[in-house]
Amino acid sequence: MSVKSTIIAEFERVSREQGKVLNRLSDNTMLLDTGLDSLCFAIVVARLEDSLGFDPFQTAEDEKFPVTFGDFVKFYEHAAG
Amino acid sequence: MPPDDPSLWGLVARGGIGPGRLLHAAERSVPLTSLATRTSLGGSSLDLAGANVLLATKDQLPSALALIELDGLAHRLVLCPPDVPKEHIGPICAAAAIDAVVSDGRLEAADLPGDLPLVQCDPALPSPARRPEGPSCPTEWILLTSGTTGVPKLVVHSLASLTGPIRPGTAAGNTGGVWSTFYDIRRYGGLQVFLRAALGGGSLVLSSASENVADFLTRAGEAGVVSISGTPSHWRRALMSPAAGRIAPRYVRLSGEIADQAILDHLAVCYCPAPVGHAFATTEAGVAFEVNDGLAGFPASVLTRGGEVEMKIADGSLRIRSPRTAAGYLGPAAAPLRDADGFVDTGDIIEQRGERCYFAGRRGGIINVGGNKVHPEEVEAVINRHPAVRMSLVKARKNPFTGAVVAAEVVLRSAEEGAGDTLRAAILDACRRHLAPYKVPATIKFVDTLPVGAAGKLARADA
Repeated sequence: MSVKSTIIAEFERVSREQGKVLNRLSDNTMLLDTGLDSLCFAIVVARLEDSLGFDPFQTAEDEKFPVTFGDFVKFYEHAAG
Repeated sequence: MPPDDPSLWGLVARGGIGPGRLLHAAERSVPLTSLATRTSLGGSSLDLAGANVLLATKDQLPSALALIELDGLAHRLVLCPPDVPKEHIGPICAAAAIDAVVSDGRLEAADLPGDLPLVQCDPALPSPARRPEGPSCPTEWILLTSGTTGVPKLVVHSLASLTGPIRPGTAAGNTGGVWSTFYDIRRYGGLQVFLRAALGGGSLVLSSASENVADFLTRAGEAGVVSISGTPSHWRRALMSPAAGRIAPRYVRLSGEIADQAILDHLAVCYCPAPVGHAFATTEAGVAFEVNDGLAGFPASVLTRGGEVEMKIADGSLRIRSPRTAAGYLGPAAAPLRDADGFVDTGDIIEQRGERCYFAGRRGGIINVGGNKVHPEEVEAVINRHPAVRMSLVKARKNPFTGAVVAAEVVLRSAEEGAGDTLRAAILDACRRHLAPYKVPATIKFVDTLPVGAAGKLARADA
């Protein structure tokens, strides 16, 4: 599974578990408009660390924080090398 | 008003109350100068002289105005944060011997115990002020503890203990200018910012629960915010917003949760060249120190540098003695807040590595998920009720969005139980039925064994 499809699957699973309505994810979707709240993002990032083996939020020191879903995917793809 | 009036209004006035000093809420902005002649409390303000008053407003602005109007007049002011449920109002009123409640429609008379009078607070300042003629009296400020279930504890402060850390003219006490905070000012962290703006001759942009982070940042930017503070969780959410660049602060501050290096670095990049400082403060212990070197943790020398804040580490946790700590808890069965020597135990476990100290979590393994406290045992009890589970260990897992999340390790009764996604989903489902969302484990890992100590208890790291 690609990094992007792993991320999409996790967004879908966490939104379902937390009873949130996940909006359509495109590269331009603002993260704050996805329908997920801070707790959802916290869970997504913890689970992605388990499945992908890294957490770019802890390591990427000089990168801009992701704002769109596309940024978020690139943030992980970049960390995956 | 005497020139050395020690009340909050006296301090506000000494900072100068020109027309440029404003309290900005999402709906309206109120010039501080108008409080010289108008009141938000109708004809009731003088009736509250010497009374114990609960401020239970929906919005922050009415509470801000009432604090300025009633400090020095009321005997006791209890600040009720917006998330306190109605069923806790009665016990809080009883513990604080409340005589009257100030509200803005958040509470109705039927919500109050007995026949407590309800005073409506209107930020449109509809009435002419009636100023007291005598000298002001020292008012107790009562803050409520956060993040626990059950009735919150009532923490007794005074204007002196709350303003003790404020040093106008320093980066963190910047004189004049526009302040803002993601916090609610009815919590310790937000109240510090409110008082810094009040004493430092500045204005303040209040956040609003009904406003998204982009609109708040845009409003703060338009007001020309110079100094802004929030928890690391607030800031991570702000950095995810395309409106993060709408503010150009000259000082960025974090407190309330452990600031890790990643969030400090992200903020330094985003708001360069503004210095990014993090402060250690709790409702009970007050502000202990500020760290302005851009690094996580704090220099070990902070513990021994002297001054009015004394610190020591005992049994692994940070203890603080200073004029900024609370005087105690209020209520009939209140536990002592300070030890025999006057130190407050923060419960924060400190680890020293070389010349630097780091926060390593909470005593008793209490997990702080975005400001909400989770007792691991409560979560373990729910997991252990699942028929396939032999035992479990719940602990904090560091997280960039909420500081920490709940992580569970689970030992199954037998290998045949089939550790996998189906069982994981079933356990999570049980947790969601019985626990608040922030208490539900973010991750579950199936393990063969868990370490058990000599006394037969689960080996639980203190952090």
